[in-house]
Amino acid sequence: MMVSFNLLLVVALVYVAFLFLIAFAAERSAEKGSVAWLRSPWIYTLSLSIYCTAWTFYGAVGYAARSGLEYLTIYLGPTVVMIGWWWVLRKLVRIGRSQRITSIADLVSSRFGKSTALGVMVTLLMVVAATPYLALQLQSVTLSFAVFADAAGDSWMSEDLTRSALWVALGLAVFTIIFGTRNLDANERHHGIVMAIAVEAVVKLCALVAVGVFVVWGVAGGFGPMIDLIDTSDIAQWEQSSGRWVGLTFLSGAAFLTLPRMFQVLVVENADEKNLITASWAFPLYLLTMSLFVVPIAVVGLKILPEGSNPDLFVLTIPLSQGLDGLAIFSFLGGFSSATSMVIVATIALATMISNHIVTPLWLSSKGPGAVVSGDIRQLVIGARRLSIAGVLLLGYIYFRLSGGGEALAAIGLISFAGVVQVLPAMIGGIFWRGATRWGAVAGITVGFVIWAWSLFLPSFGPDGILPQSVIDNGPLGIAALRPQALFGITDIDPLIHALMWSMLLNSVAFFFGSVLTFPHPLERLQGAQFVNIFEHSEGARAWTTSTAEAEDLLIMAQRILGSNEAQVLFQQEAQRQGKAGYLPEVTPEFVQNLERELAGSVGAATAHAMVGQFIQGASVSVEDLIAVADEAAQIMEYSNRLEQKSAEQERTARQLRDANEKLTQLSIQKDAFLSQISHELRTPMTSIRSFSEILREGGMSDDELSKYSGIIHDEAMRLTRLLDDLLDLSVLENGQVTLNMAQGNLKTVIDRAVSATAHSPTAITVKRRDGEETIPLFTDMDRLTQVFINLIANAGKYCDAKRPVLRIEPRKVAGEWVVDFIDNGAGITKENQQVIFEKFSRLSDHRKAGGAGLGLAICREIMTRLGGTITYLPGQGGAAFRVVLPAAVNPALTR
Amino acid sequence: MARSTKNTFLERAGYRRRRMRDVARVLPVLIGILFCIPLLWDRNGELGTSDALIYLFIVWLCALGISAGIARFLATDRSDDR
Repeated sequence: MMVSFNLLLVVALVYVAFLFLIAFAAERSAEKGSVAWLRSPWIYTLSLSIYCTAWTFYGAVGYAARSGLEYLTIYLGPTVVMIGWWWVLRKLVRIGRSQRITSIADLVSSRFGKSTALGVMVTLLMVVAATPYLALQLQSVTLSFAVFADAAGDSWMSEDLTRSALWVALGLAVFTIIFGTRNLDANERHHGIVMAIAVEAVVKLCALVAVGVFVVWGVAGGFGPMIDLIDTSDIAQWEQSSGRWVGLTFLSGAAFLTLPRMFQVLVVENADEKNLITASWAFPLYLLTMSLFVVPIAVVGLKILPEGSNPDLFVLTIPLSQGLDGLAIFSFLGGFSSATSMVIVATIALATMISNHIVTPLWLSSKGPGAVVSGDIRQLVIGARRLSIAGVLLLGYIYFRLSGGGEALAAIGLISFAGVVQVLPAMIGGIFWRGATRWGAVAGITVGFVIWAWSLFLPSFGPDGILPQSVIDNGPLGIAALRPQALFGITDIDPLIHALMWSMLLNSVAFFFGSVLTFPHPLERLQGAQFVNIFEHSEGARAWTTSTAEAEDLLIMAQRILGSNEAQVLFQQEAQRQGKAGYLPEVTPEFVQNLERELAGSVGAATAHAMVGQFIQGASVSVEDLIAVADEAAQIMEYSNRLEQKSAEQERTARQLRDANEKLTQLSIQKDAFLSQISHELRTPMTSIRSFSEILREGGMSDDELSKYSGIIHDEAMRLTRLLDDLLDLSVLENGQVTLNMAQGNLKTVIDRAVSATAHSPTAITVKRRDGEETIPLFTDMDRLTQVFINLIANAGKYCDAKRPVLRIEPRKVAGEWVVDFIDNGAGITKENQQVIFEKFSRLSDHRKAGGAGLGLAICREIMTRLGGTITYLPGQGGAAFRVVLPAAVNPALTR
Repeated sequence: MARSTKNTFLERAGYRRRRMRDVARVLPVLIGILFCIPLLWDRNGELGTSDALIYLFIVWLCALGISAGIARFLATDRSDDR
């Protein structure tokens, strides 16, 4: 019993109705908020299956029948890319999510400074490359219809084919427009479509596996016989070219990244980065299953079907020839699913690019610069998108009509692949190399596109299709080096590999040198840093700095693009964040930047940038903006410097406090020590005075004894007086109550007086002076300064332990100040003692010998401080040495 | 201050995750090379087309098996994204 064609039509229509239902149900459930399962990694993985189009469903078997195992390369490339997700896909997905990328054209445009020109270029390239591919899908569906019509005994003419192709195209346009343009924001997922695609993915996999299982176990008779069959078939005779194997694996892997529809499902519709991890192994598994039975089906088809049967349709014709109509219909649905799911996503992706990068910018520029947009952009963009969907499908249909439906499906697919991979250098370079510039990208894509078109695309229309045969044979104008399939005289190479090699090589070279030799403008550099270092900071580039925009204008514009509710919520949230009530927030650069990114999700980065630019003075980032950014950085640095300074200051203060506290503690200890010292110093003479006066009171002594004891009492009383004098003196000096008799004088007279005052003491010391250098004018209290010098000379006399003690008094000028050094030839003072000699009561040796209370140097220091000079111990002079820094010599009253 | 055993365990896990990242990096290169091995086979030797087919599917299966194996390490990888 042969399946009637009408039955097939009914089944197909029921299946389509079923898909509509599923899509509606998914949209409905998403509206209710239960989107969790729609965002699962399994749905994501299944949606990736649009890579397996009708070309792979039908064409792979034909490919295997013609070229052996080479068909596997089409699956191996994407497998390598998915398993290597850590390298590229992870970065792409992160960039896509954080920059709200809407398409591959948007990615390239956004990376290279939100360039409109690049967006247009990539869009055009993609449309040109995808059109044959869309035609291919229409062709495969119509061919499969024809198979069933044939089987039903009614031979199809070419007009039947074109008519059915038109109907298929129309149906796909309706479905895509209904479910693909429900919302403007490309980042919002098209739940209905994703769901329908996931179902179709399961159907096509099951269909191919079912046919495969039937072929292996139903026709060949099991696994072992199947292997024998393969090794004895024509396929086993196939000679694999290494160049094609490696080249095609690369090509399919690269196309997997750059095909607009793959970018759409991989990056744009990605709901969760973690889905990628599951897909990294689940999608290769899907591909493996899809390709598992391809060779058995091809081998069995070649064996049991009559010579000359189209191997592209073995998947249908084998079950039909075996009378398994049900399986044949199931297989038809699989092929139908492959074609439709691919067409739906591809048209959405292309339509997004066309509306965002061509229609909207054109419309904006037609409004003239500076003019504020009016009217509902939302409607404009959605309308543009719907028109683009219809337009893209129409293009595919026209190509299908023109090409007349070639037999070998796979060839067109590979040509299309080679076209889209021309974006690869700019894309990979853009996300890994900060030095990539717009001009480099433009140069690379242009060169790649031209070579691809010249050496592969134009010749694909056949001899005398577009290029005359003479050009293909002899080159344009007879220039042999430019023959399309033998560029630069390299012949004997597979045309596809030839075109791929030259286009990728020259594309990359042009991209590299174009980038190296040009200078990126500021926005490009900002975006470049954003993309390349996406994992370090997922923040957006600060593009807007100064703004004269009114929040209200921005709100009006945002409403037109995002819809009133969404825009109002966005503005309200921002206002709340800023602590304001109502809908109008302060127009800060951050807010403008966020707004731009929200808009980019709907109309693409370049358009969003241009639209926001209408409201903000300085439509693009200028040098001033960059300076402002730099200023901001400088401000931050300054602020942090100030903080640092403050903390340093606080640390200093803390240290000072600590020091002061230590000093206070020390002072308190000193005070205690001073008290105990002074009571000791007072007590010793008092004790002798008391005891000797008691002896005197008892009487009965000789005159000698009497005079001796009274002498002791007198000496001790004198010591007490001296001590009290010193103490009084010190206290007066320390409290600053001293009156200084400032007068003009000369250093020489001061030293003269000091030396002569000490000359008659029992501990006199030989003094060596430098007479010539002593005539230094002074303006100070001469008596006080003399007191200091006497003290120093007397101390030297008392403490110098040399056999022939000598004291040198040397006036000299040090660092612009007059100093007088008193240096003796004794043993000097040890380092520890140097610290304390200026303290009160700090006598270093027995005080009896010194005959003082140890207040001398303390008094000297106080006097010098009062006089505006200093006295310090000068180490390293051979003996004990003191340096007196003389106060300023000039009478300040005279200089005034 | 003695380190707790829990600390040691966490460090081991972090180390393991890093090595799994290395596997994720190397794996595509490795299978890219393995996929090309049948090109080196002698066409007139013992190994036929069906052997090449079986070899390729086995490599493929192993690759996605390993990828699935390391996926759960990388799924929890939030430490740093480099």
